[in-house]
Order: sequence, then structure tokens, then C-alpha cells
Amino acid sequence: MRYIEPHAHMVSRVTDDYAAMATAGCQAVCEPAFWAGFDRGGAQGFHDYFRQLTDYEPKRAAKFGLPHYAWLCINPKEAEDMKLADEVLAMIPEFLEESNVLGIGEIGLNKNTRNEMAVLEKHVDLAARHGQLILVHTPHLEDKFKGTRLILDLLAADGRLDPGRVIIDHAEEHTLPLILEAGFWAGITLYPESKCTPARAIDMLEVHGQERVWLNSACDWGRSDPLAVPRTALEMRKRGHSPEVIDRLLFENPKRFLAQCPKFHL
Amino acid sequence: MRRDQVLDHYFLEARSKLIDLAAFLDRLERADGEEDFRAAAFRRACEELLSAQPERAKRILLAFSDLSTELAKAPGGPACGAS
Ligand SMILES: [Zn+2]
Repeated sequence: MRYIEPHAHMVSRVTDDYAAMATAGCQAVCEPAFWAGFDRGGAQGFHDYFRQLTDYEPKRAAKFGLPHYAWLCINPKEAEDMKLADEVLAMIPEFLEESNVLGIGEIGLNKNTRNEMAVLEKHVDLAARHGQLILVHTPHLEDKFKGTRLILDLLAADGRLDPGRVIIDHAEEHTLPLILEAGFWAGITLYPESKCTPARAIDMLEVHGQERVWLNSACDWGRSDPLAVPRTALEMRKRGHSPEVIDRLLFENPKRFLAQCPKFHL
Repeated sequence: MRRDQVLDHYFLEARSKLIDLAAFLDRLERADGEEDFRAAAFRRACEELLSAQPERAKRILLAFSDLSTELAKAPGGPACGAS
């Protein structure tokens, strides 16, 4: 089989994970900028991180024949510090020129605060002015429903955005229909504990269709599984889904969304 | 999938998860001290399991969700799974 991992935090993973993903049929890996698990000391920390995402990490992936792409932003958790957020936002345009940068992400909300919302708006404006794709993170657990609705309202209010160029990630049963009805793409994250299992993900696709959906592992420094996407393919096969349907979902769908950025090619 | 196929594929796994939930509630009740809002949200969500309506997963997620709409002034603590 072949698949694309459209959301993985490979800087937090060991090299063996690249080997396992390539062995399982991964054709490309995409890495949104995120929270490191601790707050960085200042804007220089983000500058180093963006260099890692645009220079070092693609070389590590290339050793396994994997094209590596990146998304840039200051994550919503650290965006609570608005002065830091402004400094990081100011350095993003220089990195947008890099050959592996696909867009702005993963922006969004964490605890649904005023500051997070203000910085989200600035990121959306940056993306709109530079014609970038957008990848949105929705909050965790009890904050997801409220945060998803706030994000959808903010995006809908910006007349410059084409919903077909925005993906809203970490959707679950209570948020997926809202995202799809608003015309956006939706991501479903396969996590051992806090987000969604393969069985639930396939249930959602069987109910809501799979036209504008991608699946990802969002593997990072927490409990997560870099092979969650191919494991879901196995679950789909068990349910009798054809190889063509699986390929369309796990390879063609992310390719169709990502290829809206001309830098994405396989 | 037909219903018998769903049962063939998922019954034992679901049975095991249900017994885990029952054991969790037993453990919670055996323990000392007061329950908090998480236990209350959990019991509300359990009621949805026995409902005859579809979209149980969605309604359980909503039972654990913050349904307010106003923005928070400050972040507070990390998400804990119930509201
Ligand atoms: Zn992520």
C-alpha cells in the first residue's frame, strides 16, 4: 500500500520511526510547527526550530527516500504571549520561501482565550496576504467543541479565504460535521488515548463520506503511533473496503489537498 | 458490514471495554474522598450509552464538552477531559 502522513512531528521521533514509516508504504511526511512540550525561551528558539523544520529534518527524512514538508507558525499554546507571537510572526515570511514549506500551521486555539484568538487572526491574515494553505489545530478534550466553533466563525468571517485551501484537524464525531458543512477540509487524528481510534475514524467516514478528509497520526513526543495511518488501512481491509477506496483516502486525498501548493510533488 | 460481521469483528473488544468501565466505576466508589465534576460528567455520559438514539459517540463527546461560547481571559489549566 501507499499513503501520505500529512501531520507528524518528526523532530520528536527517532530515526527508526522514519524507517518503519517508509517500510509501511509512506510516500511523504508533512510536519506542522507545534509546541515542544515546554515553552521556548524566546523568538530565537523559534528561528532555530524553523531552521530544523526546513533544513535539517528534510535531510533526515531523505535518508529513507521520504520527501519532507513543513508548515510554520507559533502554536496557540505559546501564542498566549502576544509579544513573542508578534516577533515569531515577523520572521515567518523569510521562511515561506523555503522549498519544503507548504503553508501556515498548525495554528488554532488551545484554551480558547482572547489572546489565542487574536494571534489566530494574525496568522490567518498572514496566510491570506501570502496566498498560503492553512492547517488548523483544534483544542483538546472538553475545549474542542467550543474552539472548533470559534475557529469556524473566525475563518468564515474572512472573505479572502477559500475553504478548500484550509484543513481543520483533530476532528471527532461532534466537530467533523460542522467542519465539512462549512466547506473546509477535515483531519482526523488517530491517537491511542485522547483523540480517535481507527474504528471510530472509519465509522465517521462511512457516515459522513471521505471526500474532503485526511487521516494522520500527529505523532509527537507524547503517546502516539507513527504507524497509525497504515494500521487504519488494515482496519479498513478487515471491514471489506477495497484497495482503491483505501488508496483514495490515505494517498489521493492528502495529495489533492497538499498539491494546491505548487511546491508539493511526489 | 452486516450486523453479524460487526459483532464478529468488534464484540469481544467492546465487551472488554465495557467491563473496564464497570471496574472503573467500582474502583471510584471504593475509594475515599469526594467525587468532582469529572465523575458527574462521566455518569451523565454513561446514560447516553443506553439511549436508543443514534450518534451516541457524538452525544457522549458533547456531554464532556464546554458548551459556553465566550472567550476565556486567561488560559487556566490544561484540558482535563470534562467540563
Ligand atoms: Zn500536531
